Amino acid sequence: MAGGQERILRGRIRSVQATKKITRAMELIAASRIVKAQQRVAAAVPYSDQITEVVKDLAAAGGASQSPLLAGRDVKTTAYVVITADRGLCGGYNAGVQRATEGEIKKDVLKGSDYTVIAVGRKAEGYFRFRGYKIQRTFAGFSDNPTYADAKQIGEFIVEEYLAGNIDRVELVYTRFISAGSQEVVQRPLVPLERETVEGGDGKGLDADGTAADFEFEPDPGTILDTLLPRYVEARIYAALLNAAASEHAFRQRAMKSATDNAEELIKNLSRIMNRARQDSITTEIMEIVSGAEALSGDSKKVRLVELMPLVEAASTPVSGH
Amino acid sequence: MASFTVELVSPEKVLFSGEATQVITRTLGGGEIAFLPGHAPFLGALTENHTRITLADGNVLDVAVHGGFVQVSGDKVSILSDVAELGEQIDRTRAITAKERAEESLRKEHDAEAVAALSRAHARLNASGGMAGLNSGSH
Repeated sequence: MAGGQERILRGRIRSVQATKKITRAMELIAASRIVKAQQRVAAAVPYSDQITEVVKDLAAAGGASQSPLLAGRDVKTTAYVVITADRGLCGGYNAGVQRATEGEIKKDVLKGSDYTVIAVGRKAEGYFRFRGYKIQRTFAGFSDNPTYADAKQIGEFIVEEYLAGNIDRVELVYTRFISAGSQEVVQRPLVPLERETVEGGDGKGLDADGTAADFEFEPDPGTILDTLLPRYVEARIYAALLNAAASEHAFRQRAMKSATDNAEELIKNLSRIMNRARQDSITTEIMEIVSGAEALSGDSKKVRLVELMPLVEAASTPVSGH
Repeated sequence: MASFTVELVSPEKVLFSGEATQVITRTLGGGEIAFLPGHAPFLGALTENHTRITLADGNVLDVAVHGGFVQVSGDKVSILSDVAELGEQIDRTRAITAKERAEESLRKEHDAEAVAALSRAHARLNASGGMAGLNSGSH
């Protein structure tokens, strides 16, 4: 019957409304977290700037070269550090990073070199494990709010594996946060440390005032560099994690906003259908009353039809007729 | 009096930034070192230590620095550290417990982790009001 359809529609509208409330809440939460995440990205800049400067000063003083972290070697195995979210519901955020990594891995395989995946975030782990890629290690549980300790853990693992010779090159794949409205998937070499970053560079290396060359070192430059480089790797990973977290929130906010908009649209359409169904059932009901009354009236058809007119009105509006 | 800018930076934020007249810290294997304005450019790796920053107004800022680097160039001193805590924010009771625990395990066997824990606790205690007044009943 028509009333049944109306009830079903009412149920659907209610469930879409409930979903909309959830997506709206997620959107607002993500929006507020973007701001916080952005501040964390900004707060991490002084440290990474200064540590880069120190590395440059050391390189300028000739303390470089012995550390294997600086010297590249023949690349047999490339490790991809894939930074994704722990959770879904963030649009194309995870897919973007995973696809970029997969493309790089395929290139490596075609070239005949080996690869390994270091998955950061549950989504990356699930994706690569399901497809049978080689996963060396997984880190998870901090994607939306990473701390330096998390970066340190990853950094220590990478340095250890690199020094042990298990991996010859490390690439970071993550989503760089440019602004709340724009993020991009980037791939950055992490180890061995880029020559141009470390040597000379644009800092106050060996420039006019000549101070850089006159640095006193304690202990000697080589030892400092050995303790410094792992920290530098960690700082780079930390910056990548923070960027990824901010991007994750931005993606989630956008995804949830469009989900909320879609829900609104759906509610509008369903309400329209439901109202029509209700109207139909009212019309049907009136028709039933009319035909019922007509059947009861028996012989004098003409008189009855005239008298029924006010009854039709009374059905839709409670007018005190007769 | 001459002063220079001191910055104490951890990966997560800038802990302190301001004018100071003297900085005392401890380098890896090199012992304590003090910087005054006009110091020659210097770059050093730090151990766990109690760093003292004499501010321009004469107050001393105590900081527990758990490893890191110091860079002096021009009129600027930068201390980079993974973990650094300002003296007033240190939980002394926790540091004391940590110290006792480390000493306890060191009495049984000599392991690097306990040594590191002990020196961390020492740095914390020194920075948060000195070792004096502590009942070092462990000796």
